[in-house]
Amino acid sequence: MGGMLIQCQDIWKSYGSRPALRGLNLQLESGRIVGLLGPNGSGKTTLIKILNGLLTPDNGIVLIDGTEPGVYTKSIISYLPDKPYFAGWMKVGDLFDFFEDFYMDFDREKADHMCKALQIDEKLRMKTLSKGTKEKVQLILVMSRRAKLYLLDEPIAGVDPAARDYILSTILNNYNPEGTVLISTHLISDVERVLDEVLFIQNGQVVRQELVDDIREKEGKSVDELFRDVFRTVPFGGGVW
Amino acid sequence: MEWKLDDNRPIWIQLQEQLTRKILSGWYHAGEKLPSVRELAAEAGVNPNTMQRALAALDQNGLTVTNRTMGRSVTEDGVILEGMRRGLAEDIIRQFYDSVAELGYSKEQALELLKRRDG
Repeated sequence: MGGMLIQCQDIWKSYGSRPALRGLNLQLESGRIVGLLGPNGSGKTTLIKILNGLLTPDNGIVLIDGTEPGVYTKSIISYLPDKPYFAGWMKVGDLFDFFEDFYMDFDREKADHMCKALQIDEKLRMKTLSKGTKEKVQLILVMSRRAKLYLLDEPIAGVDPAARDYILSTILNNYNPEGTVLISTHLISDVERVLDEVLFIQNGQVVRQELVDDIREKEGKSVDELFRDVFRTVPFGGGVW
Repeated sequence: MEWKLDDNRPIWIQLQEQLTRKILSGWYHAGEKLPSVRELAAEAGVNPNTMQRALAALDQNGLTVTNRTMGRSVTEDGVILEGMRRGLAEDIIRQFYDSVAELGYSKEQALELLKRRDG
């Protein structure tokens, strides 16, 4: 079995005076597909950006595959940001060229294959693509790398249900025993079948880390239902009188 | 055969139940090699670790045997297969009696209804 791929110890991060992460602790093994779940503003994107080295924590220790975020960790992490960052004038094929040049582990053949399957023309410029198609291109780039750690920030939010199924099966088919996939999402019912494990994050801390089948066994409900129970908000006017 | 999964119950248990039925109904026959964990997982749209857990449970029940060179195949032991098939049939019959009992029928009345339907 694989060792610990991600180790976070007492991570703090504030934006100005507003804390986003408050002493977060986390250990994740390799060979897992993990859901990162939490309400808006709970710290999911901040955590992902710290793991891939885009943000530096104010305090605490982060180790990816035993190494602090840096050149090595970037070579083994494939990151899908929460918004697209590509120049509009670039063609889909140009992006593939870029990635092929930049990342040793980029599999061009796989990218071309996925493009065909999703019926995306590589000769089209990014600015001419719809929002959902842009997201698909981004996901193709990310999943065509043979990385040890995939960090996917809201990967399926903008695409149609059929493409969602394709993307989830792509994630499953890319699964390798040495790699871990961390998926942040609100669309829990769409992804929960592919997950091994879930992390619930709230107010900048991991409040629950469990195997999904253990949750179903213990609670007798789906992860989606558990999420709704844990993070239930009392509606306005619905208080006790 | 379609996979039907309910998110409220542990997925691996449901996979185990459905694989058991596939074997006992002859979808996979005695001695037949099963697809790989990865193929089965992709087919059912579940995580390979979850499928692995279900298959390990089948090994434990003796329904499947894992051979280092051949992979995993359905057992050729007719006694095990017949025993499990009988057990499953008895479960279904018990469920039938429980359901008609809820409607107020005794076992004898239920049996009478069954016979009349067949005749």
